[in-house]
Amino acid sequence: MNAALEKLSPWLFTVALFVVWEAVCRAFAVDQFILPAPSQIALAVVQFWKPLLRNSLVTLWTTVAGFGLAVAFGVVLGMIVGWSRAIYRGLYPVMVGFNSVPKVAVVPILVIWFGIGEVPAVLTAFLISFFPIVVNVATGLATMEPELEDVLRALGASKLDIMKKVGIPRSMPYLFGSLKVAITLAFVGAVVSETVAANAGIGHLMVQAGSNFQMPLVFAGLLALAVEGIAMYAVFASIERRSTRWAFRSSASAAA
Amino acid sequence: MTAFVDIEAATLTYQGGAGGVLALRDATLTVGRGEFAAVVGPSGCGKSTLMKLVTGLVRPSAGRIAVDGKPVAGPVKLAGMAFQNPNLLPWRTVLDNVLLPLEIVEPHRSRFRAERAQNRAHAEELLAMVGLEGFGARFPWELSGGMQQRASLCRALIHQPALLMLDEPFAALDAFTREELWCVLRDLWARIGFTVILVTHDLREAAFLADVVHVMSARPGRIVLSRPIDLPRPRELDVCYEPHFVDIVHELRAKIAEVRQAA
Repeated sequence: MNAALEKLSPWLFTVALFVVWEAVCRAFAVDQFILPAPSQIALAVVQFWKPLLRNSLVTLWTTVAGFGLAVAFGVVLGMIVGWSRAIYRGLYPVMVGFNSVPKVAVVPILVIWFGIGEVPAVLTAFLISFFPIVVNVATGLATMEPELEDVLRALGASKLDIMKKVGIPRSMPYLFGSLKVAITLAFVGAVVSETVAANAGIGHLMVQAGSNFQMPLVFAGLLALAVEGIAMYAVFASIERRSTRWAFRSSASAAA
Repeated sequence: MTAFVDIEAATLTYQGGAGGVLALRDATLTVGRGEFAAVVGPSGCGKSTLMKLVTGLVRPSAGRIAVDGKPVAGPVKLAGMAFQNPNLLPWRTVLDNVLLPLEIVEPHRSRFRAERAQNRAHAEELLAMVGLEGFGARFPWELSGGMQQRASLCRALIHQPALLMLDEPFAALDAFTREELWCVLRDLWARIGFTVILVTHDLREAAFLADVVHVMSARPGRIVLSRPIDLPRPRELDVCYEPHFVDIVHELRAKIAEVRQAA
């Protein structure tokens, strides 16, 4: 009974949230222009499902494309940074500086370079999401136990051997852990770019709906974003668990 | 006995802040082939540095080091190492952990695939010797600390090294497990016959296992006493309670107290 309740509780809380929301909107007769009730949002979803779906797919592909670039670039850069202390020291401040620039400020530049459309969205998604991947991969490599490195070096292992046998497998949980963070960030990047300069995507749809005072549709867009975001997070969280089960098990065991 | 490990007046300065740290000064030590040597000393005396020198991980600032008659100029490859932390790779099974050195060291490396069955048999045999029969397919986190350390010993021995370097391998274990592992190591050594350099803080451990116990001074470390242990072999754990054993431990202890005072 208790276990079943625990399994159900996320759903119960979600449903409760919408019920409370609906009740508040009705009880206080909140204007739908301020805060539409879930029922009105649902209506908008039904009415506008076609543009919602189309724009969701655009946002999805720009996010995934940007994320894919970030993974490829982030893994390579992370390995370079984790490879040697000198590179780590040299590059780290530069990356921190780069990462502290709000990416929305970069969008206008991207628009000037690539024009309004999907390219700036992909690139914003990429720019905002590669950083955690680099940091995590580099951390996984840099925190290798020095004694284990000694064991292998004494056997005549090259740096490349040590990386292949120990460093890279060891950094996998860090990498997969960063992927679920990175995909959410990529999503943020894509939507931010779409709201600033795009002619498709959920961000664009919400701006359009907002300027037409269609608040239920704006919220329907939000809902679509939430669903997409949760789905992508869930996919990567499950990939993480599957691919590096040893990391979860070994940290759970007291012997380790 | 011919000298298998020959350290002659080795001095090592670690480059660092204010002019570097002098870790070893004129350390001289010889270990015969097949001998079990233990190195004890106050903490921070450069015992681990000694290990790195012998295995060729660091080069001495002055002095000469030779292993098996050849000067050490780089990683020696004929040494197996084990540390206080078993350092098993959690994504590999125990068996694959034990086999890891064979994937690195020549000539096994290039033949690793071809000799897979033979290697596995050898690893299983080693695991059986340390009392881990049937645990090859387990993962390290499923093993207790003592069992992990046993597996770590197997990993150090899989490429049939002529020299086994141990850096406080049993320091993190409880007293009973530690004594159990003393016997495991004693039996492995008696059976395979490699040369051992065991760095330890535990004087009883040193006296029980070793042929000769070398006492190091406080940093900068050098060998101040080499005490042969004349207890007959095979030694049983009971020997630790015999007066002669206790005398030896007392003597070693007094020497260490003396060098700590001097520091």
